[in-house]
Amino acid sequence: MFDKISRHLSDLREWADERFPVTAFWQDHLVKYYAPKNLNFWYFFGSLAFLVLVLQIVTGIFLTMNYKPDAGMAFASVEYIMRDVNWGWLIRYMHSTGASFFFIVIYLHMFRALLYGSYRGPRELLWVFGMLIFVVLMAEAFMGYLLPWGQMSFWGAQVIISLFGAIPYIGDELALWIRGDFVVADATLNRFFAFHVIALPLLLIGLVLFHMIALHSVGSNNPDGIEIKKQKDENGVPLDGIPFHPYYTVKDMVGVVVFLIIFSAVIFYAPEMGGWFLEKDNFVPADPLKTPEHIAPLWYFTPFYAILRAVPDKFLGVVAMGASIVMLFLLPWLDRSPVKSVRYRGPWFKLALSTFVISFIGLAYLGTVAASPLATLFSRIFSVLYFAFFLLMPIYSKLDKTKPLPARVTEK
Amino acid sequence: MKQPLFFVMFSLFTSLLSMGVVAGGNGVVLDTADIQLDDREAIQRGAKLFVNYCLNCHSASLMRYSRIARDLGMSDEEISRQLITTGAKVGETMEVVILEEDAKRWFGMAVPDLSVIARARGVDWLYTYLRSFYRDESRPWGVNNSVFKDVGMPHVLWELQGLQAPVMESHTDAQGNTSEVIRGFTLIEKGALNTAEYDAAVRDLVTFLAYLGEPSKLQRLALGKWVLLFLVGLLVLTFLLKKEYWRDIH
Repeated sequence: MFDKISRHLSDLREWADERFPVTAFWQDHLVKYYAPKNLNFWYFFGSLAFLVLVLQIVTGIFLTMNYKPDAGMAFASVEYIMRDVNWGWLIRYMHSTGASFFFIVIYLHMFRALLYGSYRGPRELLWVFGMLIFVVLMAEAFMGYLLPWGQMSFWGAQVIISLFGAIPYIGDELALWIRGDFVVADATLNRFFAFHVIALPLLLIGLVLFHMIALHSVGSNNPDGIEIKKQKDENGVPLDGIPFHPYYTVKDMVGVVVFLIIFSAVIFYAPEMGGWFLEKDNFVPADPLKTPEHIAPLWYFTPFYAILRAVPDKFLGVVAMGASIVMLFLLPWLDRSPVKSVRYRGPWFKLALSTFVISFIGLAYLGTVAASPLATLFSRIFSVLYFAFFLLMPIYSKLDKTKPLPARVTEK
Repeated sequence: MKQPLFFVMFSLFTSLLSMGVVAGGNGVVLDTADIQLDDREAIQRGAKLFVNYCLNCHSASLMRYSRIARDLGMSDEEISRQLITTGAKVGETMEVVILEEDAKRWFGMAVPDLSVIARARGVDWLYTYLRSFYRDESRPWGVNNSVFKDVGMPHVLWELQGLQAPVMESHTDAQGNTSEVIRGFTLIEKGALNTAEYDAAVRDLVTFLAYLGEPSKLQRLALGKWVLLFLVGLLVLTFLLKKEYWRDIH
């Protein structure tokens, strides 16, 4: 009986394999894709980012079924989802909490790359695709935040789009073209909706695919920052590699469940997260005639917003903000250290990285508070430190005293 | 080398934190509403106050009467008899008939919808606001509010609370400027309720507004523990599975 079933199944697989590379795909990307055996805690966030992407797409589809992208109806339609749609509140909170968790996971994923030099050759394109994902994700989040059509949605979009107005000569025309009106209005809401639910998700999925193809072509880095492909056995299998499936699938499952516990705790017990994930002012419908006292972007944009505000000139501020993101793209070419991982780097890199992390968190905080002379002073100090991390990297990464690399990966 | 760096970072962070404290305060001290969202009777009493006093000018156009009936365990008939004064059907939302232009003429602005006001303002703000009207003859309605200065709204709950006058106190700030601030209130005209009863009535009303802001909150909180319990169980299983597979790696 079972023999018969398994024979039929293998016939079916053969039939499919002759027409589509099912087995080859399964082997190339899971059972014969060898990942380093020493991947640690920091390596959970890639799979978690993928999980959040899927969650956002699925909950987004259901939200779209009841959301109305119309300036007169948008606010009420979100509350309609929260009240009258079965399980609408859960889907909406999953989506709004998912947006913040997406950035938490992505920032930790990027920090991992800084720690272990995952952006270094031969992974430069892997890093560049990742950075493009980050940029598209920021656009996706920014446009999605307009959709509830609350006061913060409206005024946040108003402030950010007006930044384009700072560009000389074409600025005002450009801002007008982006909005489709003289202020953020129905036309803006409609186009942001189109970008948020179709254009950017398509782009995002495409980039994630490229990111994965690049990863599976060069292989994962690891906490030691050495290439496991340099030491292979007689069958061509890396000595320090283990098949992704089952080892990392079962390991990532643990990460997924831990993530879901934290995620659910927020959704069920603190979906507003004290105003950090859902702002109080966004429960007031958008009013073009009433400017809120304090306009701040959501927490995941605040580091870049603080850099913008640290520069006295509006246009140069926009340039500095853009440059702060461009710097990240250039990392693979700024780093001149002979080693990749922080484990084998010297004190200069460790000092630079700690300063960078403190500046980034400091800027994130400063981007949320109202401008004051003290806040501006600190924003300037942290902005300089932020840029120094990148611009001085060719020097300190080369001068740094590094430790000798091991031939094989080390445990823990 | 490490210690001075740590000291610098520590002082940076403490000064950042103190900046937040300075930026956070806007002067008005709010009383704690201390509501119990699972107190159905309080929500019911608050709903009656809401319908009688608020729902003439303020709508709650995102909330259906039938939803209130379902959540509070009342029949459609009970809800029609107790809460619907406008001839609306139970499946309809809580609308008002006030015209926007009338509202602008009477109060200086369109009257805001109260469906999610508790989420925008917070319950403590609402609780304090509704107890902070005081006599001020210079205002069109003869009252002002210490939480919301020069508010357009009249003291609708006047017949319950009565009328209060402010107790002023002179306050000198760090620059040496002296100004008069409101320290408290004294009742100058009695209402139908005494102070404790009025506070309790406002608490009921605020409880209803909190429910109105997020009617599914109780369902959310009740479901949360089961979801977490399930996930913790799943964590044990996935952890054991991982351990079993990884035994042969090293």
